[in-house]
Amino acid sequence: MYQIMSKKTLAPAIHEYEILAPKVAKKAKAGQFIILRVDENGERIPLTIADYNREAGTITIVFAEAGYSTKKLGKLNAGDAVQDFVGPLGVPSHVDKFGKVVMVAGGVGVAPVFPIAREMKAAGNHVVGIMGARSKNLIFWEERMKEVCHELLVTTDDGSYVRKGFVTDVLREYIEKEGKPDLVMAIGPLPMMRAVANLTKEYGIKTMVSLNSIMVDGTGMCGACRVTVGGETRFVCVDGPEFDGHLVDFEEQLMRSRKYKAEEQHALNRGGCGCGGGGKCHG
Amino acid sequence: MAKQIIPKKHPMPHQDPQVRAKNFDEVALGYTEELAVAEAERCLNCKKPLCKQGCPVGVDIPEFIALVKERKFDEAARVIKRTNALPAVCGRVCPQENQCEKFCVVGKKHEPVGIGRLERFVGDYIMNKEEEIEKSEPTGYKVAIVGSGPAGLACAADLARWGHSVTIFEALHTPGGVLMYGIPEFRLPKRIVQKEIENLKKMGVEIETNAIIGQIASLDELLNEEGYDAVFLGTGAGTPYFMNLPGENLNGVYSANEFLTRSNLMKAYRFPVSDTPIKVGKKVAVLGGGNVAMDAARTALRLGAEEVYIVYRRSRAELPARLEEIEHAEEEGVKFLFLTNPTRYIGNEEGWLTGLECIKMELGEPDASGRRKPIPIAGSEFVLPVDIAIVAIGQGPNPLLTKTTPDLETNKRGNIVADETGKTSKEGVYAGGDVVTGAATVIKAMGAGRVAARSIHEYLMAKGPKKN
Repeated sequence: MYQIMSKKTLAPAIHEYEILAPKVAKKAKAGQFIILRVDENGERIPLTIADYNREAGTITIVFAEAGYSTKKLGKLNAGDAVQDFVGPLGVPSHVDKFGKVVMVAGGVGVAPVFPIAREMKAAGNHVVGIMGARSKNLIFWEERMKEVCHELLVTTDDGSYVRKGFVTDVLREYIEKEGKPDLVMAIGPLPMMRAVANLTKEYGIKTMVSLNSIMVDGTGMCGACRVTVGGETRFVCVDGPEFDGHLVDFEEQLMRSRKYKAEEQHALNRGGCGCGGGGKCHG
Repeated sequence: MAKQIIPKKHPMPHQDPQVRAKNFDEVALGYTEELAVAEAERCLNCKKPLCKQGCPVGVDIPEFIALVKERKFDEAARVIKRTNALPAVCGRVCPQENQCEKFCVVGKKHEPVGIGRLERFVGDYIMNKEEEIEKSEPTGYKVAIVGSGPAGLACAADLARWGHSVTIFEALHTPGGVLMYGIPEFRLPKRIVQKEIENLKKMGVEIETNAIIGQIASLDELLNEEGYDAVFLGTGAGTPYFMNLPGENLNGVYSANEFLTRSNLMKAYRFPVSDTPIKVGKKVAVLGGGNVAMDAARTALRLGAEEVYIVYRRSRAELPARLEEIEHAEEEGVKFLFLTNPTRYIGNEEGWLTGLECIKMELGEPDASGRRKPIPIAGSEFVLPVDIAIVAIGQGPNPLLTKTTPDLETNKRGNIVADETGKTSKEGVYAGGDVVTGAATVIKAMGAGRVAARSIHEYLMAKGPKKN
């Protein structure tokens, strides 16, 4: 069992847990993910690492309650424990001195963006953060992001905080005004990452996205997380989760993310999820 | 000796095919004591037992069967366990027709002795009894085993018996490897696997689950920082192969690994009691003809599919699956499309599979494998309407560990290179099972695990007493 050392509710139905897993914390790097199971009947839920504390031996995860499994996870409190917790999985972010890097975070995507931005800054890049959410009450970690970004631009879809607009609106304005950055990295819902990739393609800016596909084992064993990148099938779990956003077949990913929609509904109605680790319920 | 031999094996009671095709309970129910003794009577107890040479772990077959004949079941178990840590598992999943039973002298004229069935009987008999565990004095040496499948478990059993301190690292949340995620409940009940693993723990073997070597620690860290004196790699063949056909990423196309892992390890067949879902559909095509294909097809039937097809490019004679699995699949209503090869997947606008385009094949001259090579018949394409396709054409080695260990030699296919003693290119590191040979059988992996255990033991003993 892996103990929840602290719980913060960051926004309605969005929680931050610090989970005690010293061996994972010792090796975790920005961009990697973990898989957890809440209990004996639980699904294996993949979540990108939001932070790690090697001294305390903890991994921070942030998730939105959406489906049965994440709702079940959200019911736990500090002092409770999850049944299983494995990682770090996937390839860490490629961090180097690129020059100017724009980190685009959509919704809960701000959590996995945070440690990558921190590493990018430490590597000597000029880091620009763009974070967006549907509404003011869904904005979190703004202060933390400020610490790891030289510039931070915030936007809300409904204009309830700072300004109205999508992250792509802010990104386009920024590029028009400040010129092309050397790298863009986008993490958030698939349609948002697709929109960012489409935009940066126009400008010819290298863009990485982090995929959160349906998975089972997370170690390259099952192939549930297949994605077409540049015409070739790759596994998100072991080849990713980060890929060149201009090469990812987002249409296919969107279709694949809906694979267990019917089961998810069935489970929610009866009290069992069904999303299989992807899309909606695992934020 | 004019002894009348009953020409056929005593049949093992089975669940009725109509009934079992709808449940996940075990198909074969096992011998009673009476049946076991009667079957044991068929054994000639040959002076030069050929059966034993067919066994990858060298079980003393006539010796244990003679003890069954005398109803000394505990002693029979002790004989088997000298060389096989998992008799209840092997009695169920070994391809005996290609191993021990192939060489059985009785089998020359009649059906061979039901060695597998007897092993299973003894394994089950002893399972729930408190066993005395024979162990040597602790040597002080620590061995890490990566992977808790058949190779790792067999290796751990021998090393623990010889007094070494053994820790098994398992990537998944439950130990057992393919015995847990791959082979279905109806063929190998999971309580039996866990019970056999419990017995290993009683021998002092430690098992750490959720531990991916290569991610939480490199091999060098295990050897240099965490104090292990040797490592055995039994990481198996866990990476599914696909056919690289158009449409393979449509929703509804599964690897057999995913389909079986969802059902077996994640218990998706109990959804929504279990949280993990599985798509079954009405019509299912399984691509391939091995044991994994049979397992996937029979699982799909049990999950409620109306029609399940095995699509295989060669003919019935070339099916690589165990004979018993093929017969069971047929009895349960799985349909076989022989000399048929998939060419592409067809989907609808929402990205769901609607059909599998196939081409008819004919057999030509024998190929490198000695089997007649299937050749497509031009213009014979047809579409098999299916909503689920399960690709069961084989698995390769998992690259997670080798990727982080550049000084570990691998071959073109990514398999770890090891000599016949299990020794790899890296000092103190041994390997065996599917990660070395490519996907094979449970018992061959166990055999390789035992060979490596012997090599590790000799390697450690050559160092002299452990210094602290």
